[in-house]
Amino acid sequence: MILSTELRGKHMGFAWGQGNIFVYETLFKATGSGSPFIHEVRKDEDIYSPILRKLFNESHHIFVGLQTIREDLPSKNKKPQFVSISKNYRSVIRACMEELQQVAVSTKNAEMSVQYGNQVSILLAIELIWNLCEVLFIDAAPAGSLLLHLLDWVRLHKADVDEKARDVLQSDSPAEHRDYWDVVVSYVLQGRLDEARQMLGKKATLTPAANNIFKMMDNLLSKMPFYNPGGTQTLTEFDVKWRHWHEEVDRCLQDNSFASNQHLEVLCKILLGDEDTLLEHKDLLGTWYHFLVSRLLFCHPTVKPTELHYYAQSCMTMFLDSRSAPEPLDSILLAAFEFDIHQVIKDCSIALNNWWFVAHLTDLLDHCKLLQSHNLHFGSNLREFLLLEYASGLFTHHSLWQLAVDYFDHCLEFGRVYLELQIERVPLDTERKALKVLRICEQRQMSEQVRSICKIMAMRALRNNRLGSALSWSIRAKDAAFATLISERFLQDYCAKGTFSDLDLIDNLGPAMLLSDRLTFLGKYREFHKLYGEKRFKEAAKLLLSLMTAKIAPRSFWMTLLTDALPLLEQKEVIFSADQTYELMFCLEELTSSLNTPSSDSDKSMQEEDVELTKVELLRLALSRNLAMAIVKEGTVET
Amino acid sequence: MENINAKYVSQKISKTRWCPVSYSSLQQPEVFATGSWDNEDNKVSIWSIGNHNNSGLEDGFEGDPQILCEHKHGGDVLDLQFLDQERMVSASSTGAVTIFRYHPNTHTISVLQHWARAHSYPCDNAPCTALVCSSPEIVTVGEDGRIVVFRADQEGAVRVIENADSSTIHAVTYLKTTEVLTVNSIGQLKLWDLRQQSSSPSQILSL
Repeated sequence: MILSTELRGKHMGFAWGQGNIFVYETLFKATGSGSPFIHEVRKDEDIYSPILRKLFNESHHIFVGLQTIREDLPSKNKKPQFVSISKNYRSVIRACMEELQQVAVSTKNAEMSVQYGNQVSILLAIELIWNLCEVLFIDAAPAGSLLLHLLDWVRLHKADVDEKARDVLQSDSPAEHRDYWDVVVSYVLQGRLDEARQMLGKKATLTPAANNIFKMMDNLLSKMPFYNPGGTQTLTEFDVKWRHWHEEVDRCLQDNSFASNQHLEVLCKILLGDEDTLLEHKDLLGTWYHFLVSRLLFCHPTVKPTELHYYAQSCMTMFLDSRSAPEPLDSILLAAFEFDIHQVIKDCSIALNNWWFVAHLTDLLDHCKLLQSHNLHFGSNLREFLLLEYASGLFTHHSLWQLAVDYFDHCLEFGRVYLELQIERVPLDTERKALKVLRICEQRQMSEQVRSICKIMAMRALRNNRLGSALSWSIRAKDAAFATLISERFLQDYCAKGTFSDLDLIDNLGPAMLLSDRLTFLGKYREFHKLYGEKRFKEAAKLLLSLMTAKIAPRSFWMTLLTDALPLLEQKEVIFSADQTYELMFCLEELTSSLNTPSSDSDKSMQEEDVELTKVELLRLALSRNLAMAIVKEGTVET
Repeated sequence: MENINAKYVSQKISKTRWCPVSYSSLQQPEVFATGSWDNEDNKVSIWSIGNHNNSGLEDGFEGDPQILCEHKHGGDVLDLQFLDQERMVSASSTGAVTIFRYHPNTHTISVLQHWARAHSYPCDNAPCTALVCSSPEIVTVGEDGRIVVFRADQEGAVRVIENADSSTIHAVTYLKTTEVLTVNSIGQLKLWDLRQQSSSPSQILSL
């Protein structure tokens, strides 16, 4: 959000960056002074927080594990696995939340403290929603267990009861603490009847005169039936038992048994599920969904999933009265109670500034086969769309881009295309990073990207005059054109200096030599020099000739090669055979005829032309002499 | 099998090294250093896994690394080596080589020496890819194909072998106290004798 007030009322221009927008003041009129500032607006601040980073890393680990669950098992067997994965996600959120909470409390910077506090509340809300989705959608508890799960859900998110209870119990006289009855009522509202009974026991011992009614209440509390999913009792049997108990409580109320103690009477009314009494304790309930669960606990514990939304809607209306519009969190939870998964995802996407939550939740729900495959206008389904958005956001981060790769891998339709576009934009400061990126591309057979990255590295090396490095990059990319370019540079260096640089590379090219003609020539030419140096003249001569006749050498280099042949021709011993000499002569004639054509450089200086002519004459002389000696030698019969 | 302990630390770690313990003590090392990479602000940190304050030997907390101190580092940490028990050297992607000193009493890290352009191109920075120490000598290699020898107590470089390699040198190690071995990106091992003044390797081996 742009918080700068100085920008209000001014014309603004903007330009897109990668993951951010640059905003600046501009003027539509020609007059007036402008401001020299450019503001950078980052779309997603969260990924830069070091604590939240752990959330992204750990959830990535869980995500990858989820994708590799075997597909062949029927959905029914996989449900416990999905529930456990959902719990993993939630525990990661909780761990992050606790750490943020610690930092928020300990930091001295007030602004940071507020920011951390905000992040904690967002994470709290996220975990609340996720937990509810797990209960309703993934675990999909049937009637009976449903209420028990909802009770757990509420208990988990209302921690202040335990804090208050601790305060009360640690005081000198717990039964006379001012929060005592609040604690008892809160326990009952959450269905924690054993703890309520324990608390009540303390009061009972203090007022022995009222022993009877305390005993009666204790009795009622102990007899309240709770459904046992693993037991042998069916839901109907439980329902009957529960109605029995409900009637007994009603009788106690009608008999005015608790009239002498208004607190116990209130408790009795709560046990009956009296709405007005429940609503009187709004401050203890805190939220409309706590009200909903408590009401269901005491009115309709066998509620079916399909009936939930009636109760949810009415509870929300009763609890919130008409002060203001419901908050985003409320409408999301309501949508969840209505089992409208798409609405939940849509509302969450709008309310949150980061795609993390919706992407992971949708992916999990998709694995549970709970999302109907909607075809969105751009062809992919909802899960893929959200994952792509999330991963694209990750890619803009200087470090988290590696996580995004796995997310793209598991988006079957468009993931690869997105990855191909994004991977080329990772900044490559060091060779090590470039090699990592290359490995990612090579593993996925993205040959275009491999070539492009190698070319970038090769160009950079070339610019820094690291010819060896550049050559090794172009060999890796199998880029013939670039290899040719670099070989030309090497050859130019040789012509200029008379010696080769970077011999260690050229000598050890191996099969990579065949990548480009020029590269092959370079390697073979160097081999010629080595053979000459080792005085293996016959082999050197053969190689030299083959370079020209096999047309490996470029025409421009033939003069140099022929000049190299001169010392071999001048040797006392005959090295070139007669046939070889004829071929050399042929090459020379070919060369001179092309040089004499009118299209050749006419603005060569007189001196250069003289030098050329002298060279040619010397060669002709040497070749003729060699031919003579060779014919004689070959014609001689050894006796 | 022993438990494996995993801890998320909000940064990508490139190198970890145990802090060397004195030869007389028979204990295992408890302190280690890490260097981070691929961050906007990289750091060199020291961690400990000993049980100092908590007397409870719960399995969950034994061996959980606690951070003792950290120091910012310019550029990615491409290599990290301990010079002796208190000093460590880092090789940076900006081409810098830095000696840090860890003070165990105050749990702080300070910079002893910093050679900013140990490795560079004529008009750009070249990452220093690896280094090896044999106190007080430090040998570093980089993407510029140079081998540089430093001494921990001297300001400038003791010896620079220019153009030791035409491609990037990826790693270096000591064979003997006077000989180092380097490997480059085309797979060649080169043996260098530091006693000789020549700029060419005494041996080249191809893989």
